[in-house]
Amino acid sequence: MMANTQYKAGKANHWRRFLANHLASGLAVASTIIVVAPLVAILLYLIYKGASSLNLNFFTQIPRPVGESGGGMANAIVGSAVLLGLGSLLGVPLGIAAGIYLAEFGRGGRLANFVRFTADVLNGVPSIVMGISVYALIVLPQKHFSALSGGVALGIMMIPTITRTTEEMLLMVPNSIREAALGLGVPNWRSVLSITLKTASPGVITGCMLAFARVAGETAPLLFTAFGNNFWSTSVNEPIAALPLQIYVYAISPYDEWHRLAWAGALVLIVLIVVSVALVRYVTTRGVLKGAS
Amino acid sequence: MSGLPVTSDPASKSPAPANENQPPSAVRSFLLSRGNSAWSDRAFKWLMFICALSVFFIVALIAWQLILRSQLTISKFGLSFFFKSAWDPVSGDFGALPFIYGTLVSSLVALVIAVPLAVGVAVFLTEMCPKFLRGPLSFLTELLAAIPSVVYGLWAVFVLVPILREHVNPFLMKALGWTGLFAGPNFGIGILAAGVILAIMILPIISSLTREVMTAVPHSQREAVLALGATRWEMIRMGVLRNARIGIVGAIILGLGRALGETMAVTMVIGNRPEIVKSLLSLGYSMSSVIANEFSEASDDLYLSALIEIGLALFVVTIIVNALARVLVWAVTRGAPARVV
Repeated sequence: MMANTQYKAGKANHWRRFLANHLASGLAVASTIIVVAPLVAILLYLIYKGASSLNLNFFTQIPRPVGESGGGMANAIVGSAVLLGLGSLLGVPLGIAAGIYLAEFGRGGRLANFVRFTADVLNGVPSIVMGISVYALIVLPQKHFSALSGGVALGIMMIPTITRTTEEMLLMVPNSIREAALGLGVPNWRSVLSITLKTASPGVITGCMLAFARVAGETAPLLFTAFGNNFWSTSVNEPIAALPLQIYVYAISPYDEWHRLAWAGALVLIVLIVVSVALVRYVTTRGVLKGAS
Repeated sequence: MSGLPVTSDPASKSPAPANENQPPSAVRSFLLSRGNSAWSDRAFKWLMFICALSVFFIVALIAWQLILRSQLTISKFGLSFFFKSAWDPVSGDFGALPFIYGTLVSSLVALVIAVPLAVGVAVFLTEMCPKFLRGPLSFLTELLAAIPSVVYGLWAVFVLVPILREHVNPFLMKALGWTGLFAGPNFGIGILAAGVILAIMILPIISSLTREVMTAVPHSQREAVLALGATRWEMIRMGVLRNARIGIVGAIILGLGRALGETMAVTMVIGNRPEIVKSLLSLGYSMSSVIANEFSEASDDLYLSALIEIGLALFVVTIIVNALARVLVWAVTRGAPARVV
């Protein structure tokens, strides 16, 4: 009798565990589907809307006034290129140099930990706060919006990503390579730049491209720095148009024609970013990097 | 490690250790201390040092500027700035409470939606996913992180908001209207819409960090639980999730940090009305979106300073949240550098 109830209890327990197991597995699968669904929805809708309104004019013309159909975002594409170029000029050298310091000189030291922490802090600063700080730093003293200030804001945002990836990649380079270079009588700075950094270069480039892709879509830091411009401008001292900024302005406008252009701009932006991310992933998973590390 | 010229130095006792965890090379530090190039090497080191320090200087400069430019409201309102709900640029009376409320509530909604999903995805990808699916799926979730905020906003305005207005909100009002959380006019835009779009945006961060933490749990833990006759779910619950819980909390806090500072997508769907209403369907305002919307219109110094003080508060809060999260994630992955998300 006693054995029987125990057996029954065991049986019930078994069923409970069996159900819990399958319920949990089902939930995990379901949540994966729920997460992937919006992404696929966003991408498909973007391609559908964007491709139907994308034409040659988009790449060759500047925005038309309200009411006139046509027009494009040529100035915004060029503006984004100028801003990203300025940002890279500031962010890439600074970020790589800070990474070199962390990996080659400050290894494990307290100072290095401190710098690493501030890089993480910088990575977490909201982009809108970056925008108003650069506004206070550069735009207010200069008394006008400028491409330069936008570039500085983007450059600062690139630094943490580049620093951390450079550090990680340099740490993967074996010591024997450094010692071999030094043993041949190469000065240390030369060995760091043309031996260690060169060995790790695929990874470092990956980091730079990740940072690039990240800031390419940033709008908030440009709102009060680059400001946007409806006309051609490549001057660093004047307000300049940027693709994400233009998308934002068009998206919140009440005109269908402008919404159409916003979708086209979003498609161009996404293609740019996805191509660079995919390239990065290709390089890191099966490309040159494996040989280097 | 043969043939190293280390023997030329009588002071160094042993040759450089094996290349396992890469301690600083002894050979290298010896060679650095002498030779013709010592001067240029030192200059190079200092140059790199200055660049590394500049990261700190940039953060300090940002903090200094924010404090300096918000001095006007700090001295006029003091701490009460954060507890007042007045926002009247004309008469110069400013309080940040509605914005703090909007930011907190929309981020909380985002966390409530995103956390279970993110943990589910992480469990699926690390513990039960067939190998051929793992690569493409993790690539897809990474892609979700790469889409710019403004594109999420665009999609939210033209796709998500109509769906919420036509289908989800009426259902919520009918089923859960009695709670008071889903009452009132149904605009489609509002705090709930902002929460949903934020959830989609922070999902990849939480799930990729959770995955990282879960893979850091040693296999012996899983094997021990399985050897006791546990089912797969029991193994995940007892062997993996319990060991990784601190890191998962860290990942969630990091996601919260991202949600608090998110600007463009929220600005486009939250409704931009500085009110404190219980209903999630009502219009709200967030700290970042008030800066984005009103900064360029701020005509007088007090108005500008109020907006910058909101930025300062956002800056301080995200620093605290990020530091907390890093510490928690580090505690689990044992000092391995956290991947930059």
